[in-house]
Amino acid sequence: MTHRPYTPWLFLLPGLAVSLLFVIFPFLNMIVLSFTDASALGGGQFTGVDNFVRMAQDPKFWVAARNSLLYMVGVVPPLVLLPLLIAMLAQKVVPGIGIFRTAFFTPVIASAVVVGLIWTWLLDSRGLVNNVVEALGGTRIGFLTDSTLLLISSMVVTVWRGLGYYMVIYLAALANVPKDLHEAAMVDGAGPIRRFWSVTVPALRPTMVLVAALSAVNGFRVFSEIYLLSGGSGGPGGASTTMVLLIQSVGRGLTGEVGYASALSFVLFVILLGLLLVTLKLNRREEQL
Amino acid sequence: MKLALRYSALLAILAISIGPFLWQFATSIKGPNEDVFVPDFIPDDPTFANYAAVADVVPVWTFALNSLTVASVNVITNCLGAAMAGYALARLKFRGRRFAAVVFASSILVPFEAILISLFLVMRGFGLTNTLTGVVLPGSIAALNVLLLRNAFLALPAEVEEAAIIDGANAWQRFTRLALPSVKGTLVVVALFSFMFSWDDFLWPLVVLSDQEKYTLTIGLAYLQGTFVQNQRLVAAGTIIAVLPLILLFLLLQKHFFRGVGEGAIKG
Repeated sequence: MTHRPYTPWLFLLPGLAVSLLFVIFPFLNMIVLSFTDASALGGGQFTGVDNFVRMAQDPKFWVAARNSLLYMVGVVPPLVLLPLLIAMLAQKVVPGIGIFRTAFFTPVIASAVVVGLIWTWLLDSRGLVNNVVEALGGTRIGFLTDSTLLLISSMVVTVWRGLGYYMVIYLAALANVPKDLHEAAMVDGAGPIRRFWSVTVPALRPTMVLVAALSAVNGFRVFSEIYLLSGGSGGPGGASTTMVLLIQSVGRGLTGEVGYASALSFVLFVILLGLLLVTLKLNRREEQL
Repeated sequence: MKLALRYSALLAILAISIGPFLWQFATSIKGPNEDVFVPDFIPDDPTFANYAAVADVVPVWTFALNSLTVASVNVITNCLGAAMAGYALARLKFRGRRFAAVVFASSILVPFEAILISLFLVMRGFGLTNTLTGVVLPGSIAALNVLLLRNAFLALPAEVEEAAIIDGANAWQRFTRLALPSVKGTLVVVALFSFMFSWDDFLWPLVVLSDQEKYTLTIGLAYLQGTFVQNQRLVAAGTIIAVLPLILLFLLLQKHFFRGVGEGAIKG
């Protein structure tokens, strides 16, 4: 016997306690609460599917769900493609490349709050970007005051912040692409664009699926960027709100409608789980090919 | 010619990546008489007065201390707690190991946003809302770190430990003297990302904290922006205070950051 029977449980106790108390239990409780009318002050009666019926009739829910979905659809293509191009550029070892890679990664380590504040200032009605727009002969644009532009601006911030992160993932994958494939294609007279589509993209397809999945899940979960760019309001009249913004505004504070917020959380969870399953399925199909 | 093209492209992306930070820094050192709206990256009369002034408006150094406390505790609990659990999963044989592994694996699948409100109720049940302990606890031993360390321990050769067992070393001794020093690399990654995650976290502190003196930097800054939009110099100084420690940490330990991304230590 190398250890007493209870020893492993002593090792596991802190970690298991945290996971069970602060992840698994709240998760199960969230599902239970979503079928009640619980408030922030406690209590709550079982109300069946009332919360979900209410949700179906709640215009705010549809706005939030649509925006989260749009957000996801909007950020995935640039986050799959742009970091790949940057990685290809940063892959070749030329003098000073380390400095460039480091600089490209910097936005990743800054918090969403810092990034949000920096871009709020850049996109201000009198900010740097609008100054440039005006200098080029355009008129000032309400990046943060129009609900659609606010969503787009926020997507740009999300993409900007993700470039370096996915670049690193792509750099690792690019290092594994066999060199002779490129050389063979070059001998066959394929130009750089042709080689990109017929050598690099097929070789990196699994990584691209991974990046698409990660950025889709994170896009649907967006909170900080929209919160900061809109000053916490979710845009003019809440028109740029997203699922997570809605959940925290419904469920927070003394007037929080815990039951309804839980139902919204449940829907969020189901959608994210669905995204995950789709990804797994795509990955499996990749392996079969 | 081709090289020149490559460098111009690299420089363009460099400008896009760090330009916004430079602009924020430039704003933070502009004096009260200088127009902050003029696109001028180099102030006429640079001053660090805004860094002192921001503390007159909000207790920014208290926020920073709170963030540092939360992040440091988070590093210790994650390194120790996740290593202990990971060691048990990888190196000790016992009934129920599968159950423990399933608990950690399913914890990873639960998106934090989905349990936000429910977690707040748990914290209130413990009487820990509006405390820094309440901020730390939910992320104090991340299941992802448990699995990262489990994998690291699994990769160690078994012979060394078998010799130690024969020498009569108990499980805790084998863990602290043999196993833990052998996974230093993974521990550094876990420590770094625990620090960064905690320092950068916004949603949870926003929900769980209510008194200003308990604020961490992230929510303190969001609050500062809401209150004093008029003076961008102060907001800019605040953001630089919040981002500088991480930039320094990153410059010192960048290869571990890159490694962490590769091992999946952070999600997006």
